[in-house]
Amino acid sequence: MPQDTGKGVLLRLHATDNVLVATGPVGPGCALVSEGGRVDVQTAVTLGHKVAARDIGAGEKIVKYGVPIGSATQDISAGAHVHVHNMQSDYTPTHVLDATAGGAG
Amino acid sequence: MQGYLRKDGRKGIRNYVAVAYLVECAHHVAREIVQPHREDGAQVIGFPGCYPNAYALTMMERLCTHPNVGAVLLVSLGCESFNRFQLAETIAASGRPVETIVIQRSGGTRSSIQAGRDWVARQIEDLAAQETVPMGIDELIVGTVCGGSDGTSGITGNPAVGLAYDRLVAGGAACIFEETGELIGCEAIMAARARTPALATELRQAVEKAARYYDTLGYGSFAAGNAEGGLSTIEEKSMGAYAKSGSSPIDGLIKPGDIPPRGGLYLMDVVPDGEVRFGFPNIADNAEIVEMIASGAHLTLFVTARGSVVGSALAPVIKVCANPETYARLAEDMDVNAGRILSGTPLHEVGDEIYDLTLAVAGGARTKSEDLGHAEFILTYKSFEPIGPACLPG
Repeated sequence: MPQDTGKGVLLRLHATDNVLVATGPVGPGCALVSEGGRVDVQTAVTLGHKVAARDIGAGEKIVKYGVPIGSATQDISAGAHVHVHNMQSDYTPTHVLDATAGGAG
Repeated sequence: MQGYLRKDGRKGIRNYVAVAYLVECAHHVAREIVQPHREDGAQVIGFPGCYPNAYALTMMERLCTHPNVGAVLLVSLGCESFNRFQLAETIAASGRPVETIVIQRSGGTRSSIQAGRDWVARQIEDLAAQETVPMGIDELIVGTVCGGSDGTSGITGNPAVGLAYDRLVAGGAACIFEETGELIGCEAIMAARARTPALATELRQAVEKAARYYDTLGYGSFAAGNAEGGLSTIEEKSMGAYAKSGSSPIDGLIKPGDIPPRGGLYLMDVVPDGEVRFGFPNIADNAEIVEMIASGAHLTLFVTARGSVVGSALAPVIKVCANPETYARLAEDMDVNAGRILSGTPLHEVGDEIYDLTLAVAGGARTKSEDLGHAEFILTYKSFEPIGPACLPG
């Protein structure tokens, strides 16, 4: 695997979660997971954003804190940034400004 | 802790003179009256609308008789619909000095400002002589809100406030959390904490009402900055916000202006009843803070991650910063650096710091926003039905 990148780690908040939370900038490249192990993060992901812990199929629930927080709108591979571009609310739609939604700014 | 004893038995942690405009047309005069007395405890509150609204009248009655308020000056233009007579009677019945200036009958802007400043100066002098009495944690009401949330809120600031809430509730304080539009997705796990099955039903229904309301509006309680900080959906934001409530059983469901009858943990339902009208439930964070204060909150714990800088009129705001990068940029505005949990500080250590700071501020210590002169206030139109009997099980 490539070298660790960024200064963040990936936090698993609950055993059943299929996403991890970045505690600082991670990727592109390998990042440590808080409980051990590593994930190859596909793109630059900033503090507070989510990374897929495993492959997630289109329509599958995104699970964080051990509860569903929405559904995948497309197949998501392990290490991908999980956000408004590939998941959606099961309640009301999310309003974003295109200029800032990526989180990198 | 020492407090200012009021006629209704409640105690205040501050002793403000509130200057309340009763329509936007009187706002400038109210602001000018307060201007030279800003450092001495005079603050502007008010309602901008010219059309009558029962909710706004109730809110102004609760705010003007809040235990942190010692005297009230009402500033009326003269032709607005707000019932200044009823408001003045309610304030007078609470044992507080109250005076009404009607600009149209007082010679206009300049003489109204002068008369107002003279009255406020006399009240500040009188209030300074008021003795304080001992006050216990079980006489304290605390509110919590979050604003400018991001992916750090739910893992640092909010659960740390939750731990502080657990200690405050254990000590007999009344603690209020909100807002139902930001609990969408949490309704089942939250209802399981209700004291009674009937209250559980009320809690679930309050969140379902919020989901319907926001669905009609087409937007959730979700700002662009939430997404920038890594939150993708309202459910995700909700789970983070929910952590502020801690782990105590939920003792009741109240609406803005309802005062918790005893210590315990209360959810505030801030989404209007009936058909959707008057627009968004709370147009900005300060609207939520004002509702907490109207329900008797002596102070508010405000968790922010993107970096809100606000305070509030009438009740101090303690700002808990969830995001360490934001704290580094805005340390002057933040009371607590909860983001350090991400670099290894135990959650309970920050929870204890928030608890200790809550008691210190209740005891007179000034918050960052108080020192910076923040005294925001906003009140808009709403409509509520009274709460049902199941909402406050004895």
